[in-house]
Amino acid sequence: MALLKELLYNSGKPLSEFSSWMHAIWAGWGMPGFLLDFIFQLVIVLAVTAVLVLNALWIIYYDRKISALMQIRKGPNRVGPFGLLQTLADTVKLLIKEDVNPKKIDILSFWIAPLIIFIPTFAVFLVLPFGNGLVPADLNIGILYIIAITGLSVIGILAAGWGSNNKYSLIGGMRSAAQIVSYEIPMVLVILAVVLMSGTMKMSGIVAAQSNRVWFVVPQFLGFIIFLIAGNAEVNRAPFDLPEAESELVAGFNTEYSAMKFAFFYLAEYTNLFLTSAVAATLFLGGWQGPFLPPIVWFFIKTYFVITILCWIRWTFPRIRVDQLMEFSWKYLLPLALLNLVVTAVILKF
Amino acid sequence: MIKAPFEMEKISDEEYILNMGPQHPSTHGVLRIVLKLDGEVVTGLYPDVGYIHSSVEKMCENKKFEMITPYTDRLDYLSAVNYNWAYVAAVEKLMGIQLPERAEYMRVMLAELNRIMSHLLWYSAFGMDVGALTPIFYAFREREEVIDMVEGMTGGRLTHHAFRIGGFKNDLQKDFLSRLEKFLAKFEDRICEYEALLINNVILTARTKGVGILDKDTAINYGVTGPVLRGSGCAIDLRKNAPYSVYSKFDFRVCTGKNGDTWDRLKVRMDEMRESAKILKQAAAMLPAGEFCAKVPRVIKPAPGEVYTKVESARGEFGVYMVSDGTEKPYRIKFRSPSFSNLSVLKEITIGSKIADVVAIMGSLDLVIPEIDR
Repeated sequence: MALLKELLYNSGKPLSEFSSWMHAIWAGWGMPGFLLDFIFQLVIVLAVTAVLVLNALWIIYYDRKISALMQIRKGPNRVGPFGLLQTLADTVKLLIKEDVNPKKIDILSFWIAPLIIFIPTFAVFLVLPFGNGLVPADLNIGILYIIAITGLSVIGILAAGWGSNNKYSLIGGMRSAAQIVSYEIPMVLVILAVVLMSGTMKMSGIVAAQSNRVWFVVPQFLGFIIFLIAGNAEVNRAPFDLPEAESELVAGFNTEYSAMKFAFFYLAEYTNLFLTSAVAATLFLGGWQGPFLPPIVWFFIKTYFVITILCWIRWTFPRIRVDQLMEFSWKYLLPLALLNLVVTAVILKF
Repeated sequence: MIKAPFEMEKISDEEYILNMGPQHPSTHGVLRIVLKLDGEVVTGLYPDVGYIHSSVEKMCENKKFEMITPYTDRLDYLSAVNYNWAYVAAVEKLMGIQLPERAEYMRVMLAELNRIMSHLLWYSAFGMDVGALTPIFYAFREREEVIDMVEGMTGGRLTHHAFRIGGFKNDLQKDFLSRLEKFLAKFEDRICEYEALLINNVILTARTKGVGILDKDTAINYGVTGPVLRGSGCAIDLRKNAPYSVYSKFDFRVCTGKNGDTWDRLKVRMDEMRESAKILKQAAAMLPAGEFCAKVPRVIKPAPGEVYTKVESARGEFGVYMVSDGTEKPYRIKFRSPSFSNLSVLKEITIGSKIADVVAIMGSLDLVIPEIDR
């Protein structure tokens, strides 16, 4: 019982104790230590991936239920209790569907695109602190790593748009590239302000910096709003869902994708949503910190709070037009984010 | 392989052609729009119609007069009653049938309910066109009630086939008036709710104001009618300007826009729903007792001659030109459908705007494809 409590509230210590205990046994067998490290890392990666895939299934259900709430209807309620298994059924359907490859596609980019989008999305979670000491890899440049890796997904979307040999897909891909590039800049500027305040790029350090003072959402409120808007644009959700605008571009960059390749896009989209919300919760809402409940529970509560806000926005607003999208980023968000950064720096200096 | 229309063959290196339709989520049916694009900007446009041409006019020549009414339902499945009306009125005019007062009021009530139904569906579809997926569920909540009322009256939910030559097949349902009253009591608030949800939304106003401007002269030159014409500031409504049936007895306003842009067309339709509710209220109060159908001969054989009747449908002026040679079947029927004229103006108002605008402008024209193709 005490061990369980220790594991839940201060996961770092028992985990490292377990690791050194295993290392001792391993050395007793005369095996090299790096092999054990490799096995540990493999287990961690598999565990994180499994949690994230299951979590993405749950987010899809959650999003649908929220939309049902807003649209005066019931939402999924047939498969399993309260329709909880609906997403599972959908996934199975996508798995056993025929994988259609249209003629005249660029086969390499067509096949590699879902992977380029899918893999970085999951790789990002390695630096997220799920709880006290519960970080798969606590890099010194954690936040930089997140920005760098999420920037990769635009290549995947462009590849999907180009490889499909379809004009709708191509327009969707180009839109997405323009959108992600121009919304990344205000996002990074806002993150920089947070880094200035915490004095570190380490994710666990940013969380620790919020422990003795207020959460960064209070001094960085403008930053929080800009981060939410830019993050929403990064994950291509309404009102920024231009790359896959249904009524204009049929389905945008994934028009020609079917079966499991489509499922990869879908899964990546919802994992990205979770990722943006988790980063927002870590940077601005104090990460895993909170009273009474275990840290990991607080982490998920805060993340789902942000997800709810994003869902709310998605199901309320109509879609923005492509020139307005650019205008909004370069004319309003970017100057505001710069101002936010400068003001933060000046206040911190004096 | 469908060849691109002749206008599109001359394209520069910067441009490309995009086929929007015939299967596309926002062409509202089987309409093909060939777009010439420079990046996202539209530099050329060509609407290709006729995919579901079903030669309705020719088929009518082989049918007896009373068998033609259901065909007019199918022209515009969203406001079937108004289309019935123009045809039925043509036969009645040719035969000199005088309708009982009650039938006229019943017709007005059904037509206005139908206009509300049609505008509600347009509102939902327009929401989908601009990417707002929520409004449809709110609009359909009320549309369902209206459909239930019309269904109780006619038995149909989409193609009602409500009108017969000389009046109606049966009287109003007993609880029709009480249901109507209950519906109208809350409908005004609901329209305000729709406007708050979509029409006055910041993003939507930014997307539609100043987009797809249709000036008065162009609109008149192209023969545009209905809410699209009124959105351009031209106060022409057949119910007011050439009153048919008992419309001259009601007090209502002809809603107009100012600039003729997309947003004005949206606003005109929202206001028109309010006016329809007003007419319904008055009609329910003034509804006289008596017969619901005139005495009509068993065999319908109008005297030889020709006739043109027109009604203000939810989309504009719908006219029926009919020639009778004194037999049981019409010699020739020609339908004047509003959506066809409204579509032809699309090219004038979309060149220079973005792909997303094409969808929004098309949505604001409120096209129904079977009526264009006939």
